[in-house]
Amino acid sequence: MEPVKVRIEGLEVHYASKRALHGVHLEVNTNEVLALIGPSGCGKSTLLRALNRMNEVLPGVKQRGSITLEGDRIDQMDVVELRRRVGMVFQRSNPFAKSIFENVAFGLRIAGLTSTSELAGRVEQSLVQAALWDEVKDRLGDSALALSGGQQQRLCIARALAVQPEVVLMDEPASALDPIATARIEELIHELKTRYTIVIVTHNMQQAARVSDRTAFLYMGELVEVGRTETIFTNPSMKRTEDYVTGKFG
Amino acid sequence: MPGHTDKAFERDLQTLRDKLLAMGARAEAMIAESVLCLAERDSRLGKHVIASDAEVNRLEVEVDDLCRRVLALRQPAASDLRFITTALKIVTDLERVGDLAVNIAERAIDLNDAQPMPIYGDLPHLAQLAQTQLKDSLDAFVAGDAAKAEALLGRDELLDALFLKLFNDLLQLMMEDSKHVRRATNLVFVAKHLERIGDHALNIAEMVIYMVRGTDVRHPLSRELHRAHAS
Repeated sequence: MEPVKVRIEGLEVHYASKRALHGVHLEVNTNEVLALIGPSGCGKSTLLRALNRMNEVLPGVKQRGSITLEGDRIDQMDVVELRRRVGMVFQRSNPFAKSIFENVAFGLRIAGLTSTSELAGRVEQSLVQAALWDEVKDRLGDSALALSGGQQQRLCIARALAVQPEVVLMDEPASALDPIATARIEELIHELKTRYTIVIVTHNMQQAARVSDRTAFLYMGELVEVGRTETIFTNPSMKRTEDYVTGKFG
Repeated sequence: MPGHTDKAFERDLQTLRDKLLAMGARAEAMIAESVLCLAERDSRLGKHVIASDAEVNRLEVEVDDLCRRVLALRQPAASDLRFITTALKIVTDLERVGDLAVNIAERAIDLNDAQPMPIYGDLPHLAQLAQTQLKDSLDAFVAGDAAKAEALLGRDELLDALFLKLFNDLLQLMMEDSKHVRRATNLVFVAKHLERIGDHALNIAEMVIYMVRGTDVRHPLSRELHRAHAS
């Protein structure tokens, strides 16, 4: 077993009077892909966003419990540094209205990198890792908005990778993509886990089954079960998990 | 237990269950008739068994087809996945049981044309045991009862022992008087087919345990693999 990268203990999140998560204890191991599954409103996106303190930007959010990244409490870290170490890829690709190159270089420039050659090297490396380099290497100056949906999403992954994070959070990264673009993202996730720890939220259970090492099932703000993905999808322990993965909910 | 939200999926699973049960019931009846054909020297029963095989074969094709459709369209998980994989496995066992009943019927028809044998020894007992094993394994499947399936596993040795005894008795008979060779050989085949039916019932019972508990108990190796996998 790889060492624990992220440890969540007694996490509770409230949106005003609504309790979105309670009593969540969960560990994310280094270089694993952990999938969070559960019906809409179960708290999986809230849990994902808690990992790089994205919930803080929402008004009326209260959070209790502790989350540590390699043993350090994330609520005591500099939030910019935390988000560099814990990057995020969203459901809808959201490239900036800039060139392909500038999209990937954006975080690096903010981090103070100015050397043109170093920037070029890091941009190339990130695009290679995001499996996009071969498709865009001859048009790095073109607008990112001219790329296809699948390419834009891989560009966003490259942008997240450029700042060399340790953990990558993915919120439904392929839900707006066609099956081929989805397959590319899934293949990419397989490759990325050798370097990064990945937590992915997905509504597509087959996708969770395909890409993740372990799966956590959440229901009404509680963590019901976490285990090896194969076990969760073939022989889960909890009845609520069984009902959810076999489509017996609602 | 709540049903599936998708009612068409629920109907597919029910249809699959019904077809397997129809197939099991047909296979059980075929063995009973083939054994009766021999015991009562009534070859009409044997011919009925031979004619019934087409229905079992048709059901096998239909079950396979439905399983493929469910796998492709529904991507079943957890207990549904285990049920589909169990269906795909036991359908083969049931089809083979049908074939074995036909084989018994063919031997019985041949025996019925000759003089009765002086001894059948433990053959009725063997036939009854094989039928009970199949019936119990199918009951365990219907009820999703892993404990009942587990109880079957130990009983297979009794069938094997009975077959061996019967084989030796018939061999002895053949050695004593060569005019018994043809009929005794037919009986050895019947006994072997009954013993094989017991093996298929055992396969079904093992798959029922997998279907209910998710544990593969088929071979010592699979048990070890399961333990290593789970740890």
